[in-house]
Amino acid sequence: MKKVNIRHSISRTLLLSLVVLFSFSQTSFSQEDSGAATDAPSVEESASAEAIPSSSQGGDPAAGKDLFNSLCAACHKPYKRATGPALHGVTERHEIDWLYRWIKNSAAMIDAGDPAAVAIYEEYNETPMNAFPQLSNSDIDNILAYVEQPKPEPKAAATGEGQASAGSGSGVSTNIVLGVLAFVLLLLVAVLVLVNKTLNRFAEANGVPVVVSEKRKPIWKAFVENQFLVLVTSVFLLLAGGYFVYGYLMQVGVDQGYQPVQPIHYSHKIHAGDNQIECKYCHSSARVSKTSGIPSLNVCMNCHKSISEVAPETATEDYSKEFYDGEIAKLYEATGWDPATQSYSGEQKPVKWVRIHNLPDFAYFNHSQHVSVAGITCQECHGPVEEMEIMRQHSPLTMGWCINCHRETNVKVEGNKYYEKIHEELSKKYGVETLTAAQMGALECGKCHY
Amino acid sequence: MKSLFKIAGVTLMSLLAVSCFNEKDRNYQYFPNMYKSVGYETYGEYEVFEGSQEAKLPVEGTIPRGWMPYEYDNSTEGYDLAKAELKNPLPYTEDNVNEGKALYTIYCAICHGDKGDGKGTLAQREKILGIPAYDDAGRAITEGSVYQVMYYGINTMGSYAAQTNEKERWQIDHYVMDLKAQLEGKPKREPLTEDEAKQFDSSSENQMAIADEEMTNDAASSHENANTEESSSLNEE
Repeated sequence: MKKVNIRHSISRTLLLSLVVLFSFSQTSFSQEDSGAATDAPSVEESASAEAIPSSSQGGDPAAGKDLFNSLCAACHKPYKRATGPALHGVTERHEIDWLYRWIKNSAAMIDAGDPAAVAIYEEYNETPMNAFPQLSNSDIDNILAYVEQPKPEPKAAATGEGQASAGSGSGVSTNIVLGVLAFVLLLLVAVLVLVNKTLNRFAEANGVPVVVSEKRKPIWKAFVENQFLVLVTSVFLLLAGGYFVYGYLMQVGVDQGYQPVQPIHYSHKIHAGDNQIECKYCHSSARVSKTSGIPSLNVCMNCHKSISEVAPETATEDYSKEFYDGEIAKLYEATGWDPATQSYSGEQKPVKWVRIHNLPDFAYFNHSQHVSVAGITCQECHGPVEEMEIMRQHSPLTMGWCINCHRETNVKVEGNKYYEKIHEELSKKYGVETLTAAQMGALECGKCHY
Repeated sequence: MKSLFKIAGVTLMSLLAVSCFNEKDRNYQYFPNMYKSVGYETYGEYEVFEGSQEAKLPVEGTIPRGWMPYEYDNSTEGYDLAKAELKNPLPYTEDNVNEGKALYTIYCAICHGDKGDGKGTLAQREKILGIPAYDDAGRAITEGSVYQVMYYGINTMGSYAAQTNEKERWQIDHYVMDLKAQLEGKPKREPLTEDEAKQFDSSSENQMAIADEEMTNDAASSHENANTEESSSLNEE
């Protein structure tokens, strides 16, 4: 009777643990379901928010959007002052006939002395508006219908929330899975201990002798007595120690992976990656000078004069839209740009960028020689910058690293008259078709150290 | 039990050694005075300069070497004047156009598009809108107006005088006029041969001595940097 009882209890524990396992995994799945469920209505909301603004003018806002983007958006924004005034609400400020005349030829109206036209011309720094004789009245209606749509504020917020809830949902579920796994393992250990205990008791009850292992000599004593083993181990330890000490000393002064916090969070990923802006657009002196050039802030303002906030799609899980907009605001503060009046206040605060790549003074490096003459891509040394949210040093910038590249890279001699003669002579000397930088003398000490 | 403590100790020590690495800080330096030079470095921060900033504008009333003054005003009148009378002093040679194309791809194509139709990457991604095509009839751009706009900027377009020098701007100008002709469906201009180009240089009355070639590249770029509206300084770590 006793035997049967015990077996029964073990299987019951196993069954129980299985039940527990399944019940937990069930909840983890349902968690994901609920995440998706909260997602769905927000998508619907955004769709409906897009659908609500309908034409108030009788024009077609969709057709107006294309016209607006191609003709007007250079100087006008719907809800914000740019070079010209914000266009939202313009139909309330002016008569529709007046607008037709103004858009088709504003200069003629100013010359004719129309008081409203002259007032606007003077308010906006006497910047003339281009004439658009090619637009018909119905085209203008379409554009006005587009700009008179109410500002789509709630759309961005809704999608933002949706993303956040989905993100946190998936994070919780992985944690729960891990927790369940740990719990099951613990349960297994407990079961094993219980089984062992019962088996021992079982053996005792049936009179089976339990084997107890003899006390052996402890392993460390056996090790110390074997002198050969001690010798081999100590040699091994010394070598390993030497290896690590050498490794440590060789990395002194190497800043590979250095990733400081910059005063403005500038994302190379957004600029060079997503928007595919050329490296040399901002680092223009890399073409012609020793230094690659930290772009002065007027280069930022070439684009950020019109881009004062990021698109909602730019925001990631780690960095919100508010965060990026704040960083652009920092740029405006540094340059003294007032987006409300679209003018510079004249108060500038230089940005103290933190230098990342720094060669010691005894090594000479010239960017233009590598970028313009050799035609090496920036990524060769700086790594996949277009994927870096935060800039870091990709290469070790050690001498060995320089030398390696000089040994492997062929000199670009085609179309460079400067190299014609020396290339011919050296090709003869080494008996090769293409010359590496090293064969051109790029390993000579005086080339970089003088 | 004793050995357990030892193992824990070794793990703790190795963890401590590893945790010393911090990507936000520079590594240890051997002889740091080799890294921080006595001389003033580009973009450095030094007390001797006003605002501790090494990058500076040229002193008022002076002209940096290789930088020629530009005689047209940054105004509507200046624009109209440049549009009417300013001509490209560079000969229209293949080299100049190719150089111009390379520079155009770096600086202009991101907005204006590879074909000059105003459909660059930034326009397609709706980051910057309303970029006109070069064949826009209302604007009717000319060599002079293109150069004026590159030099001063116009409306939302900024000035490119800081990123390019005079010669480079005129090279871009050649290429932009090519693109305009292409958009309008006009035939391409015949590039001058080398001899013709030499003749062009000597015969044309260029007050604009394009000093770029005699000038070292280093000097050119430092002037450009100094001429920017706002300069940034670098924090030495």
